[in-house]
Amino acid sequence: MKGFILKEFLHILRDKRTMLILFGMPVVQVLLFGYAITNEIKNARIGILDQSNDYVTQAITQKILSSGYFLAEEIMHHPDEAEDAFRKGKIKQIIIFGPDFANMMTTSPPVSIQLLTDASDPNTANLLSNYTQAIVQDYVRQQQQQAPNLPVIQIESTMQYNPELKGVFMFVPGTITILLMLISAMMTSISIAREKELGTMEVLLVSPLKPYQIILGKVIPYVLLSFINALIILLLSATVFGMPMNGSLVLLLLQSMLFIFMALSLGIFISTLSDSQQTAMLLSMFALMLPTILLSGFIFPIENMPMPLQLLSNIMPSKWFIIIIKSIMLKGLGMMYIWKETLILLLMTVFFIGMSVKKFKVRLA
Amino acid sequence: MEAADSKTVIRVRNLVKKFGSFVANDNLNFDVEKGEIFGFLGANGAGKTTAIKILCGLQKPTSGEIRVAGYDIYDQADQVKKNIGYMSQRFSLYEDLTVGENFQFYGGIYGLKAPVIRQRTTQLLDELGLTHIKNKILKEIPLGWKQKLAFSVALIHNPRIVFLDEPTGGVDPLTRRQFWEMIYSAAQKGITVFVTTHYMDEAEYCSRVSIMVDGRIEALDSPSGLKKHYRAESMNEVFVKLARSGKNSR
Repeated sequence: MKGFILKEFLHILRDKRTMLILFGMPVVQVLLFGYAITNEIKNARIGILDQSNDYVTQAITQKILSSGYFLAEEIMHHPDEAEDAFRKGKIKQIIIFGPDFANMMTTSPPVSIQLLTDASDPNTANLLSNYTQAIVQDYVRQQQQQAPNLPVIQIESTMQYNPELKGVFMFVPGTITILLMLISAMMTSISIAREKELGTMEVLLVSPLKPYQIILGKVIPYVLLSFINALIILLLSATVFGMPMNGSLVLLLLQSMLFIFMALSLGIFISTLSDSQQTAMLLSMFALMLPTILLSGFIFPIENMPMPLQLLSNIMPSKWFIIIIKSIMLKGLGMMYIWKETLILLLMTVFFIGMSVKKFKVRLA
Repeated sequence: MEAADSKTVIRVRNLVKKFGSFVANDNLNFDVEKGEIFGFLGANGAGKTTAIKILCGLQKPTSGEIRVAGYDIYDQADQVKKNIGYMSQRFSLYEDLTVGENFQFYGGIYGLKAPVIRQRTTQLLDELGLTHIKNKILKEIPLGWKQKLAFSVALIHNPRIVFLDEPTGGVDPLTRRQFWEMIYSAAQKGITVFVTTHYMDEAEYCSRVSIMVDGRIEALDSPSGLKKHYRAESMNEVFVKLARSGKNSR
């Protein structure tokens, strides 16, 4: 067994392409998303509706505009203009100061700035809103150094068009899911198919090794690599994006293990159906990757799909895993709330292992 | 319980293998003795691959009594597997591992301890005169060498029987000769060699030859005995005479 696992590692390490896919891809994917968003946040066009126009609001406006992230596209004078500007898509955010801002700050604190953000692009919306809040808070901190009694300025942030920010941080759960699927299912199915293609599988079957030992030997290296990969993606998403981790990390890692096992059993199942590496590759691509990307809710929200596709999405393991990740990371939910999804993944794993064992036996009989 | 003749290493009685209504092996009976080079001949589709797979435990027979290396293939499959080596036409070595790593891996799956593997590797490479390529990746090695290495790897656990399924497919005549020298030297050490082949000149090298037609063994004797019986000049002629009588084979 030990020798088997060692040999499998050697296969992987010797193959530079595999290594590149294994470790290059997660980094590139996560960073791609990262850069796409940081580029967009430069010079974001915003509108300003300043109903007081006093020294405080002017100072804040100045500070926001000089940050380099925002460009004042429109100076507005009436709240009604806001809706119109959003509709035309000219601006992404509107900063609204109420009347008599500076006076109110001292007479009836706390005062608040209203922030309207176009959340149809949820990632950008969230970043814009966060940036603005940070800048305002920075302003308050600076002022408080001179006048410690200065009250805080509250921000009332409203997301227009997509108030729940659906799709925010969608890419991290999606990326983890796709990569784990790719590495676990595709790589195992290809590596088993390769043994068949080269004829080494026959020799393994003639040897005293039990079929389960052969499968475990093939699978264990990929379990480890997939797990390391999941950790890398989580680390990157936390550092590059500030992806929150509201729930239990242990639970998340355990769930990832479950999903990895699911994907591996799927990979083994695919390999029992294919005799060559090419077949395994094509089967994984069409049976796994495309549905995973298209139907799991990673890119297209499942709610917007036609009914037949919504039903079809239920048999996508990735859909359930994405729900689990989001529940844990974003909503901070515990096992109580995701036992149904967990059970579905567990049943899928059992199903694929059962099918593979059956196939394996048929081949030997 | 029949007292197993210690000289008989493979004993096949009434072996039948059916795939649905198709009979791949129709009542095979034969014995193979220790140290023999047993040639297993037949046209494509005559059923020899099925038979070799059953003997190696890759497939289960429909019925029949079969003992390999003295063990029953139904009840003692593990013991059978420990005592046989197997090499197929496709060489069964890993192209992206070094020669040494291949030996190490195959020694490992037969449960050999690390020092034993090292000692066997050195010994086998020494016999081949290929010690200098121990750390070479298999991809960089010529085909003829790979094939000899595959044979050595099949012997790493000192099996009593080694099954060779068309081991010389696609290699040049000189390498084939050298390969048969290896087979001879293994047989002289008491290892039984069970070999299938398409080359009739190779059949001449075997101690005994069985020729399968349509799932049955039509002839089984030493090459000289067969030539005499069928009044033929060469094994090729014997084979053609027999194969023509079959329905399934051309």
